[in-house]
Amino acid sequence: MAQLSCRDVSLGYEGKTVVEELNIEIQKGDYLCVVGENGAGKSTLLKALLGLIAPNSGEIVFGDGLNRNDIGYLPQQTIVQRDFPASCFEIVVSGCLNHCGLRPFYSKQDKKRAALNMERLGIESLKKRCYRELSGGQQQRVLLARALCAADKMIVLDEPVSGLDAVASEEMYSIIKKLNNEGITVIMVSHDISAATEYANKILHLEKKPLFFGSKEEYLKRDISKKFLGGAECD
Amino acid sequence: MINVIETLRIYFQYPFVKYAIIVGVLISLCSSLLGVTLVLKRFSFIGDGLSHVAFGAMAIAGVLRLANETLLVLPITVICAIILISRGKNAKIQGDAAIAMLSVGALAIGYLLLNIFSASANLSGDVCSTLFGSTSILTLSPVDVWVCIGFSVLTILVFVLFYNKIFSVTFDENFAQATGVKANIYNLLIAVIIAIIIVLAMNLVGSLLISALVIFPSLSSMRLCKSFKSVIICSAILSVICSVTGILISILGGTPVGSTIVAAEIIVFFICCLIGNVKGI
Repeated sequence: MAQLSCRDVSLGYEGKTVVEELNIEIQKGDYLCVVGENGAGKSTLLKALLGLIAPNSGEIVFGDGLNRNDIGYLPQQTIVQRDFPASCFEIVVSGCLNHCGLRPFYSKQDKKRAALNMERLGIESLKKRCYRELSGGQQQRVLLARALCAADKMIVLDEPVSGLDAVASEEMYSIIKKLNNEGITVIMVSHDISAATEYANKILHLEKKPLFFGSKEEYLKRDISKKFLGGAECD
Repeated sequence: MINVIETLRIYFQYPFVKYAIIVGVLISLCSSLLGVTLVLKRFSFIGDGLSHVAFGAMAIAGVLRLANETLLVLPITVICAIILISRGKNAKIQGDAAIAMLSVGALAIGYLLLNIFSASANLSGDVCSTLFGSTSILTLSPVDVWVCIGFSVLTILVFVLFYNKIFSVTFDENFAQATGVKANIYNLLIAVIIAIIIVLAMNLVGSLLISALVIFPSLSSMRLCKSFKSVIICSAILSVICSVTGILISILGGTPVGSTIVAAEIIVFFICCLIGNVKGI
């Protein structure tokens, strides 16, 4: 059974349809990359998967032991966050909040979980550092650790390397791949088509309607990928 | 120096001075706690906007000749706060414009009402004391003090119990909501608390200067501290120190309470900036 499936989903704001006729299935351990032009509805799709907006029609179904709250989220950074006075640990542990329910404070387990995830991403040395003093790549890793605290079955990444330099981007991609190899399902929105075709095993090409959904190998054979890649080399 | 201490000792024998200090400490504590969240959420001006709303509501209460103004002022301010904070990002009128609109609108209507219907002989004096809180903190009754203590304890309790949730909603609302934290409810909670604080704080510094109480301590402490918890604690301490100093100076020097407190906040802010720069934070 699929971990997440969209059945005939259409999405939009205030009557304006942004995405329609969407039928996709995501299995456990998949690495799905959503590609498309600006305004193609990629971010809208993520919001719907996360339950931030409700579909206009159709349904999004979770299966294989996955609940909506089991999805971790790496959002794009907002202006508010860039100069936020908080230590990295405070931010990472805030990912555990959805396990707390009505309990007002974090348990020892929550703190342990946060520390483990920081170790997992190699940022345990930043624990007490202030978030606003970190480099872009370090900040993204802190936010990723937070996402892992919230959920460790599936993570949804919105442009995880935007604003990062080449080295930091490469590091970020290899961390994501490592997590994927550990069994976490990854859904990533990206402009970076070459990275998408390098790391992902499934591609969704969105242009209001899904132009393509299937395996990476299939995608690379199609004309649409060649047009989108714009002559860029792909292996 | 001995003279000053002696004068203060004499003043402290009067209950109204004790009341002023108690209320001043509590209000500055509460407003600084929430101030950090408001500044970081880019809602700094909400204090100003809501206090004008409270001024308008006070004018209405005056026209209706209500015995207890708070009964009307508090609900109106709370409703406006909820409207402002919970409209979200997709609203037709953007956040800052909505706050500005509400704030000047309420100010104008309030003054208009007072002018048309006022029975008082000293209208400009009334308006001035509501706007700048010049005397009201020194004329508090024991009931006022108890009301203030009650609401302050409530605010502090709510803040401590929901501290982690408030942090999460402040840092990243979308993430909180996506992972199943009910962000809207916490936003609402923040709105209600800030409205309560503002209505209380009108006594202390008047409606025009409340924003100072909300934003200065948090801005000062953000210059110095590196974690959210330390920012909150530091801003609470700075805020209390500033308001106590301000009240004492105003008693000794006969200056207006509200503006003296704000002047103290400004000085502390610049000191913090200086320390921050020297330490290279």
